[in-house]
Amino acid sequence: MSVRTLTIGDAPPAWFGQRLREILVLIRRNLIHILREPMQLSDVTLQPILFTFLFIFVFGSGIPIPGGSYTDFALAGLLAMNLITSSNGTAVGLSTDLNTGLIDRFRALPMWRPSILIARSVTDLLSALICTTIVVVAGLVIGWRPTTGILSVAAGLGIALLFTYAICWTFGCVGLVARNVEAAMSIGFIVLFPMAFVSNAMVPTQGMPAWLRVIADWNPVSSVTAACRQLFGNPNPSALIQDWPMQHPVAAALLWSAALLAICVPLAVFLFRRRTSD
Amino acid sequence: MPNRAMIEAEGLVKHYGATVALAGVDLSVPEGAILGVLGPNGAGKTTAIRILTTLSHPDEGRASVAGFDVTAQPAEVRRRIGVAAQATTLDELLTGRQNLEMVGQLSGLRRSATRQRATDLLERLELSDAAGRQTKGYSGGMRRRLDLAASMIMTPPVLFLDEPTTGLDPASRLGVWEVIRGMVGDGCTVLLTTQYLDEADHLADSIAVFDRGRVIASGTPQQLKSETGSARLEVTLSTPRPEAVLALQPLLEGEAHVSHDGRRLRAAVLNRAGIATAAVRALDRAGILVDDVQVHQPSLDDVFLALTGRETAEEETAIEREVATA
Repeated sequence: MSVRTLTIGDAPPAWFGQRLREILVLIRRNLIHILREPMQLSDVTLQPILFTFLFIFVFGSGIPIPGGSYTDFALAGLLAMNLITSSNGTAVGLSTDLNTGLIDRFRALPMWRPSILIARSVTDLLSALICTTIVVVAGLVIGWRPTTGILSVAAGLGIALLFTYAICWTFGCVGLVARNVEAAMSIGFIVLFPMAFVSNAMVPTQGMPAWLRVIADWNPVSSVTAACRQLFGNPNPSALIQDWPMQHPVAAALLWSAALLAICVPLAVFLFRRRTSD
Repeated sequence: MPNRAMIEAEGLVKHYGATVALAGVDLSVPEGAILGVLGPNGAGKTTAIRILTTLSHPDEGRASVAGFDVTAQPAEVRRRIGVAAQATTLDELLTGRQNLEMVGQLSGLRRSATRQRATDLLERLELSDAAGRQTKGYSGGMRRRLDLAASMIMTPPVLFLDEPTTGLDPASRLGVWEVIRGMVGDGCTVLLTTQYLDEADHLADSIAVFDRGRVIASGTPQQLKSETGSARLEVTLSTPRPEAVLALQPLLEGEAHVSHDGRRLRAAVLNRAGIATAAVRALDRAGILVDDVQVHQPSLDDVFLALTGRETAEEETAIEREVATA
């Protein structure tokens, strides 16, 4: 019997190159999913448009903002709120993958398990980029105007996206803990909505009861919103608050992001390994 | 190194809570051979495959695949195996071809090599026409075949197939057997589980019969048949002769059945060499004319019954087959 030499991959490819290829293949897969089911994107397309118009026209008429228009005030908040709520997609996406047979196929392949998590987070960052674009364009259409330079505005958008990336890993952990997709989705909303609303995103915190105001001022979403307002040159009533994060919103937003990444990335990797071994 | 063991397991034990899935399993498959793991549902076949493919850790015992320990060197094992699990592991939203290309590239194959191999496998498993469609529209049989193709995409030296033909119609089953034989012809070692005795009989070089987490018998299909269970002798006489039973008595195991017309005689006999000759001689000595003699070798169904005292899950399987193809 003639025995043909069996190829085992090719030569063992360089570790980093192969990981990068894996991640790209998996991102491509996630993007095909989005193309097949475009409604998955409604979180980052329809919702931001809806929120932008609703909040600015409904609340905008009743909330006076010292030193500027509600539109100028609200845009950074809308950006943060839409980005934060869209991160539930990470929990749902991972949970969906874990509850199909596909994950067993992946596990028996010579691939690096964290590639699955990284590919998911990068895909979600790409949809966050779409979300950002839509909020900014919708804002410009209804009269939002930044008063600083393009670099400063870009820095603000960058901070918002960095924080979104960190939050995606946090909700990735939720998806890895949740028993099924429905559970992942409800846990996500229960955490995300208070997080988005108990903040300075849509209203100045000065009017809140004292206890709530403390929570709001230390909420990372408030730091991100205040950092954006500062960098966009928009009205930022939080600057009058003496708490450290409100005095140094850019530093606070960066620290929050770094801390979340430092905790949630290893935690997600750990949870993923635990979830996929028996 | 001819015939080195590509799959080896010693004393595998696995518990799931209070359930004992494996109670000490030893296996050895030489390079280029097909081992058929046979057993009813819940016998531990899938658990054994999960351990050998690094998806599950054994509680006790050790196993190696292609010379690498499954617990200590799982990454090395994964680089050398293809797996088709019992439940399909496809991405429903991707097309058949996209599924294969994804698995190929995640296995470390280059893009062009993957594409070529995918085309080839889609052709061999008769999926070329469906290659561009999303797999969520595939029939049960098409899913099985695409899963199989995915397991072979990187031409692995060792292939694990968990019930590869469950849910396939007879024609696709033969097609799948052909593809598996082709892989073995290229030097691949295969471990496949099955509930179909004829599949193990046709395809496997050796068989391990699983029951309740143990290997209760192993050997070539021929060995198993001759070691367990007696053969069945059927004689047709020219005229009814009641003394025929007496003449055959030394060869018989248990009682003989005589047909109404008294010409046909059926009985279990010792399964030894020359049994038909001995029967004819015995009848000839008694002056009895014989029109026809048949000796039926025991089927693997008989073997399973003899080993476990129970019928196989054939009925259950037939239902599953219907459900899967519906």
